[in-house]
Amino acid sequence: MADKFDGLPGYSGEAALSDTDAPHARFDIDNVGPLGRVQRFLHAFPTMVPLIVLALSVVGFGLFAGSKFFSPYNMSLIVQQVSIIGVLAVAQSLIILTAGIDLSVAATMVLSSVIAGHLAVRLGINAPVSLLISFACGTAIGFLNGFLVTRIRLPPFIATLGTWNVFYALNLYVSGAQSIRGAEIDAAAPMLKFFGENFSLFGTQISYGSLLLVLVFGILWYALTKTAWGRHVYAVGDDREAAELAGIRTDRVLISVYAVAGLICAIAGWSAIGRVGAVSPTSFFEGNLQSITAVVIGGISLFGGRGSILGPLIGALIVGVFQSGLRIAGVDVLWQLFAIGWLIIIAVSVDQWIRRISA
Amino acid sequence: MTSAAIPTLMARGLVKRYGRVVAIDSADFDLMPGEILGVIGDNGAGKSSLIRALSGALRPDAGEIRLDGELVSFASPIEARQAGIETVYQTLALSPALSISDNMFLGREIRSSGLLGKLFHQLDRKAMADIARKKLSELGLLTIQNIQQPVETLSGGQRQGVAVARAAAFGSKVIILDEPTAALGVKESRKVLDLVLKVRARGVPIVLISHNMPHVFEVADRIHIHRLGKRATVIKPRDVSMADAVAIMTGALAPMTA
Ligand SMILES: Nc1ncnc2c1ncn2[C@@H]1O[C@H](COP(=O)(O)OP(=O)(O)OP(=O)(O)O)[C@@H](O)[C@H]1O
Ligand SMILES: [Mg+2]
Repeated sequence: MADKFDGLPGYSGEAALSDTDAPHARFDIDNVGPLGRVQRFLHAFPTMVPLIVLALSVVGFGLFAGSKFFSPYNMSLIVQQVSIIGVLAVAQSLIILTAGIDLSVAATMVLSSVIAGHLAVRLGINAPVSLLISFACGTAIGFLNGFLVTRIRLPPFIATLGTWNVFYALNLYVSGAQSIRGAEIDAAAPMLKFFGENFSLFGTQISYGSLLLVLVFGILWYALTKTAWGRHVYAVGDDREAAELAGIRTDRVLISVYAVAGLICAIAGWSAIGRVGAVSPTSFFEGNLQSITAVVIGGISLFGGRGSILGPLIGALIVGVFQSGLRIAGVDVLWQLFAIGWLIIIAVSVDQWIRRISA
Repeated sequence: MTSAAIPTLMARGLVKRYGRVVAIDSADFDLMPGEILGVIGDNGAGKSSLIRALSGALRPDAGEIRLDGELVSFASPIEARQAGIETVYQTLALSPALSISDNMFLGREIRSSGLLGKLFHQLDRKAMADIARKKLSELGLLTIQNIQQPVETLSGGQRQGVAVARAAAFGSKVIILDEPTAALGVKESRKVLDLVLKVRARGVPIVLISHNMPHVFEVADRIHIHRLGKRATVIKPRDVSMADAVAIMTGALAPMTA
């Protein structure tokens, strides 16, 4: 209650305090050391870290593993190899931007590809229709995740841990745990393998799946940076309560994010058929963690609301470069895991350090 | 303000309980057309809860709210906002990582007029930045160099200025300010008070919650004194001294009949 009586004369004291605060703040800004400058720069351009890592690792492996690594052919091969995980990473990024996590991306992708394959090859339904149905299934799974997170108020980790298991089981049920072989697809519905086809350009081998990767990133980059929806995704991830008070229907934004992520997973499922050359219900079992790895190395904050969607593209490429470089240099596979493990730890440490600027 | 006038915003018998805590205890509220209503009360008296109920951020357990005499029930802050009630919450409700301009237009973004806007929902960044700049300079806040800088890089006072400018720019029927000068220096507080007077001159009534008695007594037409979750009384600043108002607020003096 003493506070209240202080309110009368006390305010001028408080005001004087905040007046002296201002020059202090300016003082700080002018006197940041070189490290502080780097921190500020990275805070403003969070995608620079993965970009620098990518450039360094390409140059490093180029010197280390020689021209075999550095050839246009190998470069385009790296893009092909990350084309599926890259698209999954877009879906994962969307969820992580909202401060969530999606453990069901790989299961959604594989189930969608199995549904498309089952309908087109086993049941002989026309290929575009089969694919559209598989897209609808992916979107529905995303929608269910969004419903569980917003309406049932489950933590995203729990909701998607549940749907991962449920839909992985359904995937095994629909497919009978059997692959659909490439020859069968070629005979019944070659369209399913479209994204596996290549064309040559200046000594590179570019697959349509690689182009899809670039296209999906481009579309989501536009949606996140140029539309109101994108602003709302960031606002919800940043501070959901504030976003709600500022007049955003945060539930709707979250549900739309999960549904779009589900659709992207289903599109990745189509691309995966081409990449694998078959419909395989047991492929990409590590897709969840690999997509999270790409997102995290790409500089998107696990705490939500921060980072550019282009980061995970670079993150996926970094993983691809490490795998390819170490393989060509003849290094054992276990060291690939070792290196990527450290990359994750370093990437998140850098993220924490950059975030400290706002504290 | 004749007694016959219909209050712009009115509440009767609002109740909100948080478990055992009764944050709003059958509270009444009246905001008359064109007035500045000061709201004062101790910490925890329930001022913010009352305001959250009026602005759709909180659903009261009981009671009714009328806007221009019409019964309303806001399920969310958006609905209140669409009805013309704009609020600066005590927590400010800004997104730290978004820019000043993005924050000002959060949830009411302007789309480009061209094909990109219509077909691909592209935002008109420039139009939004221009309006944001204009609104902030009206508030004297253009010491901020860059309208695209993230809100988290601003000082507490500058953030408050952005939140107030957002409400003042868009409030069409009622503007509610929950402690808008709490983090501001003398000059900036002055600007906010001037803005409050300017908005009233536009004919929009304002609810001003503040612990700063001189501010409230200076600008308010009437003062709603909140105590223990309900309205203790309403006074005219001309008729009651600051010391008596504080005494009513703390329970040291019984409220006179309004
Ligand atoms: N979300 C909540 N959960 C539980 N109790 C709450 C909640 N919000 C408010 N309260 C309680 O309701 C009462 C009124 O709080 P309120 O924030 O409305 O007070 P106030 O008058 O705005 O105080 P101040 O001057 O400090 O801003 C307090 O006892 C508070 O603890
Ligand atoms: Mg309060």
